[in-house]
Amino acid sequence: MKHSRFDVVVIGAGHAGTEAAHAAARMGAATALVTLSEKDIGVMSCNPAIGGLGKGHLVREIDALDGVMGRVADAAGIQFRLLNRRKGPAVQGPRAQADRALYRAAMQKETEDQPNLSVITGEVVDFLMEGDRVAGVRLADDSEIPARTVILTSGTFLRGVIHIGDVSRPGGRMGDRPSVKLAERLDRLNLPKARLKTGTPPRLDGRTIDWNILERQLGDDEPTLFSFLSKAVTAPQISCGITHTNAETHEIIEKNLSRSAMYGGHIDGIGPRYCPSIEDKIVRFADKESHQIFLEPEGVNDHTVYPNGISTSLPQDVQVEYVQSIKGLEKAEILQPGYAIEYDYIDPRVLTASLSLPDVPGLYLAGQINGTTGYEEAAAQGLVAGLNAALSVQGRDPIHLTRADSYIGVMIDDLSTRGVIEPYRMFTSRAEFRLSLRADNADQRLTQIGIDLGCIGKTRRKLFGEKMERLTTAKYILTQGSYTPKEIRSVGINVNQDGNRRDGMAILAFPDVGFEDLIPLVSGLDEIDTETRRQIERDALYANYIARQKQDVEAMKRDEGHEIPLDFDYFSLDGLSTEMKQKLSKAKPANIAQAGRVEGVTPAALTLVLARLRRDQKVRKA
Amino acid sequence: MDTIFALASAQGKAGVAVIRLSGPHAHVAAVRIAGGELPPRGMRMRSLRALDGSVLDDGMVLTFQAPASFTGEDVVEFQIHGSTASANAMLRCLSEVDDLRLAEPGEFTRRALENGKLDLAQVEGLADLIDAETEAQRVQAQTILSGALGALAERWRRDLIRAASLLEAVIDFADEEVPTDVTSEVRTLISGVMVDLEREADGVKIAERIRTGFEVAIVGLPNAGKSTLLNALAGREAAITSEYAGTTRDVIEVRMDLAGLPVTLLDTAGLRETDDHVENLGIELARKRADSADLRVFLTDSPDDLGIPMQDGDIQVLPKSDLREDSIGGISGKTGQGIDQLISGISRKLSERTAKSGIATRERHRMAMSKALHALKAAQAVLESGPDLYDIAAEELRTAIRALESLVGRIDVETLLDEIFSSFCLGK
Repeated sequence: MKHSRFDVVVIGAGHAGTEAAHAAARMGAATALVTLSEKDIGVMSCNPAIGGLGKGHLVREIDALDGVMGRVADAAGIQFRLLNRRKGPAVQGPRAQADRALYRAAMQKETEDQPNLSVITGEVVDFLMEGDRVAGVRLADDSEIPARTVILTSGTFLRGVIHIGDVSRPGGRMGDRPSVKLAERLDRLNLPKARLKTGTPPRLDGRTIDWNILERQLGDDEPTLFSFLSKAVTAPQISCGITHTNAETHEIIEKNLSRSAMYGGHIDGIGPRYCPSIEDKIVRFADKESHQIFLEPEGVNDHTVYPNGISTSLPQDVQVEYVQSIKGLEKAEILQPGYAIEYDYIDPRVLTASLSLPDVPGLYLAGQINGTTGYEEAAAQGLVAGLNAALSVQGRDPIHLTRADSYIGVMIDDLSTRGVIEPYRMFTSRAEFRLSLRADNADQRLTQIGIDLGCIGKTRRKLFGEKMERLTTAKYILTQGSYTPKEIRSVGINVNQDGNRRDGMAILAFPDVGFEDLIPLVSGLDEIDTETRRQIERDALYANYIARQKQDVEAMKRDEGHEIPLDFDYFSLDGLSTEMKQKLSKAKPANIAQAGRVEGVTPAALTLVLARLRRDQKVRKA
Repeated sequence: MDTIFALASAQGKAGVAVIRLSGPHAHVAAVRIAGGELPPRGMRMRSLRALDGSVLDDGMVLTFQAPASFTGEDVVEFQIHGSTASANAMLRCLSEVDDLRLAEPGEFTRRALENGKLDLAQVEGLADLIDAETEAQRVQAQTILSGALGALAERWRRDLIRAASLLEAVIDFADEEVPTDVTSEVRTLISGVMVDLEREADGVKIAERIRTGFEVAIVGLPNAGKSTLLNALAGREAAITSEYAGTTRDVIEVRMDLAGLPVTLLDTAGLRETDDHVENLGIELARKRADSADLRVFLTDSPDDLGIPMQDGDIQVLPKSDLREDSIGGISGKTGQGIDQLISGISRKLSERTAKSGIATRERHRMAMSKALHALKAAQAVLESGPDLYDIAAEELRTAIRALESLVGRIDVETLLDEIFSSFCLGK
């Protein structure tokens, strides 16, 4: 059987796949989403939560480009917390516990309702090739789906192996088959790859937990939602429980270390530093007497509980023993044992900033296959791959988000220039322009870019236009007049008597000054709505630092302007050490700024590369 | 990669001339000229022959194997007789060997830098060492060359990365088992670095003086014998002397090695009221140079008459002691009386200052350090407000670390995360 030809075919309906398919479809590309089962769309296979620090920023950015993750998480959210609420807005991150069933239902509904998007059930076993070019996919039933571009989001399914203690078997996720045939096809494309691992905790039956003796963690009174379109929480709200491991737990684990898949030497892949298994925590931090565990309900009508903090690859009987040594879990029953999974990933340094492969035209990679971990990281890559696949089909220039405009840009730049040695997770500390890349201004940074691309729906366009108008009006009022220190002090705002006149925005940059303090000073402010007032405050707070960073941004942009051709021959550069030549050839930096971020590259080496680029330009001009 | 060669010793006649080769073909080329096998690393006495078989010279052949060499590549050094003719013959011969070319100026050092054998500050130190004229300059250049500045910056960087990682851990892992207030530890780390930085930044001026030389100005009334004194100090007729007041109109500079310190002595116009336009210009210039000099020698009975304030550490001597009955505290350029005391006085005063000299020697270093210092002060100030302003404090720290990076190398966020993950157990 032969399907009709699509512009974009997305393999895999996880967080990367769904976001990719939606993005391509929003761009007007005829898109197919191929999944093993329709039920897989919107499945949260690890912890039942979205967002957090850095990750919440990514969700806001996806939403600013009209992606689905933010809206779906809002619909499924059963506990919302803004992390770092007391700290500055640049480091606040929205987070939500999600109801698995609600999340899946909302994602499936979004997918059904999305025009230009078809869901096809089947297992992709091969690519259709036209020379070097990927021209579609072949399914296990031998049917073919011709396509102009293909986005592969196979998650942990490539040669996935699941380990529980010393028992291991192939599997992409508990209960699913791994994609072995597809992995063999990828082998023939000769992409550099390696192994990573990740772990999950045992899932508990919430009805067997003694909640009464446990500390509770509540959501925020005023929930902060992800989507700029969402107005209110819709799902019922719950609280989480908190408990701790103890000396007995540690003893049980220590005694059984040799039976752990990781410590028994069954796994070669490298795991993340920040999500260590409980075995890892106890070995590496031996002097710590206790570790915190969050008991997160997986849904309002689901009694499954996700004990966040004790992922493991110990045998099942040991899992039961150590879980029941923990306060409140004495009688807890394990519904599904914790397991570790090992899988192939492609060295992301082979990717372009579009997430395409220069040597395999037509193919895009997104999500865990690129060495990342986390739903949000996956979805953000899916979005970028989906937009760029659609743009390439339309014969348009790709969209490259940068370190100066988004966390998405930071992540893709990190992946494609530095590669990964462990599963990559977003942190706010990765963004050097953190003070300007805030969760609260993601729409101000990105929605206009999306409108220009054509991936923003009518509702958001209208709302965004109105919001920007309100902000512009308020900023206009605030910058019309300027005031002497004496005038400013007369309304009770404490400023230095330095003789400098300041406008309203400059006064708001003082940390202790709020919008309301300015109302007696600047006429016309009392009519500004509350939401705009808060946003103006956040924009003004870092103004001085952002102005200072502008120089750094400009320096970076200058360096980005020196583009390095893909076929640039580092080996012909005299004076570059062999190690440096190898690193640069592997990373294939797109420009001098990226080259500077390749690990170990010195300023002197950059000067050499730059000198050669200049020489080549001269030769070309002559 | 090309193999490069050049004369490594100074041009001209000398006892020994050194010719250096660096690159993958260095050893092959050396065997062609020196004949026979050469050890990968060692020293041999050989008869050196041109490609046509004619004897060039007898010399030592020193071989070094990558990466254990100055440039980090295979290196060969020929030590031959130091005549211009034999050096030239050798260079001509090398230029005829395939795959070899004459090095560009600084190319050996550049390769050493690129191969990670030297950091940027060490390269500067090397340049200083080659230029060193006095013992103090040599010692200072040697300190930099040994990587002392790099080591110092590395220590600051380590402390600041530790401070930044504490802040970032509180920020990025707000929901996990990290401390919520690390203010006092961060402040301690920052103040430690600030104390060091302040001392180093102050020492740069002195260190730069060691590098470029101290200026010592001789000031006095007209005809006090300043030029005679200068000539006596310099041991030659550097300035014109006469019995007529106002003979010196321009500032005369004499560079000399004073007890190991590089000193430029300035002879200035005698300070007096005059209608002579040219002499007035000279007096104006004298005041200016004397003012900016590192030390002034007041050759006068009453310093207050000169209109130039005496500064801490300046020296006063009484002029023309040969014409005085009591010669205590006097000096005479004519007889040499008091000259030794003056020299030891100047060198003692300057040595006291060099004791305060830092390791950093250049304006570039000082600017980087003062930028870092500025950012650290700002960080300390916002840290007073506690965890709520960690986002701002972290930004200031980032600025400081970036400024220090420019001294030697770079830091990236992975280093920071490494520090976080080795200190805290994270992951719920």
